[in-house]
Amino acid sequence: MTVIRTGTVSVRLRPRSVLAGVVVLAVAVGCALLLLSTGDYPLSPDAALKAVLGSGTPADAYIVQELRAPRVVTALLAGAALALAGAIFQALTRNPLGSPDVLGFTQGSAAGALLAIVVAGGGSLTLAAGALVGGIVTGAGIYLLAVRHGTHGNHLVLVGIGVAAVLTGVNGYLFTRAEITDASRAMLWLTGSLDGRGWEDALPLLGVLAVVGPIVLFGLSRPLSALALGDDQALALGVRVTPVRVSLLGAAVLLCSAAAAAAGPVAFVALTAPQVARRITGDPGPNLLSSLLVGAALMTSADLAAQRLVPGRDLPVGVLTGILGGAYLVWLLAARRRFAGGGRS
Amino acid sequence: MTRLAATGLQLAYERRVVAEDLGVEIPDGSFTVIVGPNACGKSTLLKALARTLRPRSGSVLLDGKDIREVPAKTVARTLGLLPQSSIAPDGITVADLVARGRYPHQGLLRQWSANDEEVVQQSMLATGVADLATAFVDELSGGQRQRVWIAMALAQQTPLLLLDEPTTYLDIAHQLDVLDLCARLHSDAEHTLVAVLHDLNQAARYATHLIAMRDGRIVAEGKPAEIVTAALIEEVFGLPCRVVECPETGAPLVIPAARRAVLSGHPLVALDHGSGSNLAP
Amino acid sequence: MKSRPPNRSAVLLGSAALLVVAAVLSLAVGARPMALSEVWSGLVDPHSAAYPVVREMRLPRTLLGLEVGTALGLAGGVMQALTRNPLADPGLLGINAGASAAVVTGITVLGIGSLSGYVWFAFLGAAAVSVLVWAVGGGRTATPGRLALAGAAINAVLYAYVSAVQLLDTASLDAMRFWTVGSLAASGASATVFIAPFIAVGLIAVAVLARPLNALALGDDSARALGARPALVRAGSIVAITLLCGAATAACGPIVFVGLLVPHLVRPLTGPDMRWLLAVSALVAPFVLLSADVLGRVLARPAEVQVGIVTAVAGGAFFIWAVRRTRAVAV
Repeated sequence: MTVIRTGTVSVRLRPRSVLAGVVVLAVAVGCALLLLSTGDYPLSPDAALKAVLGSGTPADAYIVQELRAPRVVTALLAGAALALAGAIFQALTRNPLGSPDVLGFTQGSAAGALLAIVVAGGGSLTLAAGALVGGIVTGAGIYLLAVRHGTHGNHLVLVGIGVAAVLTGVNGYLFTRAEITDASRAMLWLTGSLDGRGWEDALPLLGVLAVVGPIVLFGLSRPLSALALGDDQALALGVRVTPVRVSLLGAAVLLCSAAAAAAGPVAFVALTAPQVARRITGDPGPNLLSSLLVGAALMTSADLAAQRLVPGRDLPVGVLTGILGGAYLVWLLAARRRFAGGGRS
Repeated sequence: MTRLAATGLQLAYERRVVAEDLGVEIPDGSFTVIVGPNACGKSTLLKALARTLRPRSGSVLLDGKDIREVPAKTVARTLGLLPQSSIAPDGITVADLVARGRYPHQGLLRQWSANDEEVVQQSMLATGVADLATAFVDELSGGQRQRVWIAMALAQQTPLLLLDEPTTYLDIAHQLDVLDLCARLHSDAEHTLVAVLHDLNQAARYATHLIAMRDGRIVAEGKPAEIVTAALIEEVFGLPCRVVECPETGAPLVIPAARRAVLSGHPLVALDHGSGSNLAP
Repeated sequence: MKSRPPNRSAVLLGSAALLVVAAVLSLAVGARPMALSEVWSGLVDPHSAAYPVVREMRLPRTLLGLEVGTALGLAGGVMQALTRNPLADPGLLGINAGASAAVVTGITVLGIGSLSGYVWFAFLGAAAVSVLVWAVGGGRTATPGRLALAGAAINAVLYAYVSAVQLLDTASLDAMRFWTVGSLAASGASATVFIAPFIAVGLIAVAVLARPLNALALGDDSARALGARPALVRAGSIVAITLLCGAATAACGPIVFVGLLVPHLVRPLTGPDMRWLLAVSALVAPFVLLSADVLGRVLARPAEVQVGIVTAVAGGAFFIWAVRRTRAVAV
């Protein structure tokens, strides 16, 4: 533990967390650069960097700034937003499986987007709006259904599972009602894809993350780590439990809905990133910042693999995160002792 | 008026009302112990004092002000709580957990002052867990873990400390360890302690002020030596007993009356060997 | 205190009567509603105008609903007894999803197009997930919430997998998007005949298991003291669940919540005795499934809402209600 103190200001840093954060950030940046410089029109990393800064040739600049950069930025931001949302959910529910995939938020976003496609027949903007609204409405619904017993983690999880099941049914219905072309477009969206993402997808997400991110990281992270000790203990420590929890839930719902609006409900990033972050930092706390970085790295590397793994064919990024995350999930579940969670006897 | 008091409390869980018009004053500098039969409302009262349960009506007063109107962090610097159940995050070390007790004294820019470090160290020394500082909490024994949670409550540096059944799940030696620790906190550090205990004799031995509750009412309160009588115990617990002087401490000692006489004449189980049984070989 | 359960024979008769009503409705209601006399002639007279609709479409569909409903209700009852978990359901725990993932694999990867081919995949998938969810959920120490959570996680994985497969193959997407929501209409009369023996074997297995499951409800040690063999009962139950869920899923796609809902509805009427609970569930479950199917036909006439969707929405709402009623759930 390293402590920096000047006057009344004191900041605590874990060397291992800092090191892990730097390494993960380097991975994310490295993948981003690779995504910018490789593809059907390969560039040297040098030329790609020049193009980013606006000093390259016009052709390079167009390819990088208009075609590749928005996709890379969307990947970074969506990964970061999903991972941050997942870290919040997992800390709040005190359960490593408390992720938007399991709790029904993802299905809510999907229902919103499917409605937009099937009923409104909308383009990408309506679809994104549908996903955003669907996620937020689902979040509010789950909260209202679970709130009767206090916002206790277990009820939230189980109500979420019920809501997820209902929404899966609804989505299935919307799906059968769709024309086949709409259905495969919807399917592509549901899997989570970064194909053809432009600045109009990346910028709104950037806005959400720029506002919500700092509030969560600087304002709510410390109360969240007190909440991890149980509601009574947190209250005894001076945390205003309900307002803090509601703000955190709201922030998490907003983050994962915005990410789904930009990139589709990419599976398992929210679930996996906080777990990976915890294992590499060794920090029991909520690990918000390191989860965010891991999410960005996970998403860019998954996109890189999705684009390059099968030559001549782009897989949607969600297929990769789904398979990777699925394998990880089973392993996580099988490691039962960890899953059981700690409790005072 | 003492620092911590309550007036006119109506306490209830959903539809079940536990106590009506309950008032209490916790004497400053006392080691107050609340006793009573199961479901008498003793833990409920403690929860109300700790503001983890919101009273239907009435108020808890901290330094004369309604505790609900005092900012949460200010309360947390005055009033600590050892809840019945807390959760240790997976993979947290003893020192990290105790350090979390400093939360109400910290802020975004004041995360870990030299004072924080000093207080955490002192708290671990006082509870005898300093040697375990780098151990993982999930790997400790029940008694050690309870001392770690008390250390965390101490690190909060509150003049008032509430303990909800701090000896549950501990064996008799560890129960006494924990109570000795509380007694030391009370006498050396001049904390005001309020604990809910199940064991009457431990309560009579350690408390300086005893509150006996039944059916959501306070039946008697005062120094154990003055209020613990056979009549009171019979009234509160419905338990015929004798009260003698403890040969070790001089505190009142409750000895339940022998019951064999009551049970004799009633066979425990009516055995019927006549009916056919699946168990017959 | 609970009131005395009503006369259980009366409950059995009442559920049988309800089932008959639902079956008749299932024959009569549809895109073209029919009077009872018309239904009757459609059943017995090959020359009547109603014959093609009633005898060749609605009858197999109704019989399929009977089979599948019975299978899911029994599987749910056995599973709840086996796990001592009121939240257990073959759909919720991912077993139906396991069967459907295996079937989807069979259809797309191996090009198997017939029910007789992919039913084996359904069994394989159901068996694999039964074992997996049991092991992952904590085995004998599993708490209700944890098991439900393990099931939800496995469901999420399998859902992602099925989506990915469908995405890579638009043709099979078109064929399967109806099957994967759970429908009684998708497969024809052959399915009804084909899965019957599997369900019959499952039914017999459940009948044999009912008494030992009663003993097991008291805990392993007490069960052993009463002369039951817990390991054997568990293995037998998993085989029965696999047969019932696998066959049902192969024919209809994954249908959730029938197995959860029905034992819950039935338990207050029969008490905890598994023999009565399972017998009544076997009648009430097809009633629920057929009613849901009829409802799906009425809701969006002349189109249909698939039965799996109706049960998911209704059953999910019930699940949330059940969770909200309980005070504390361990996860």
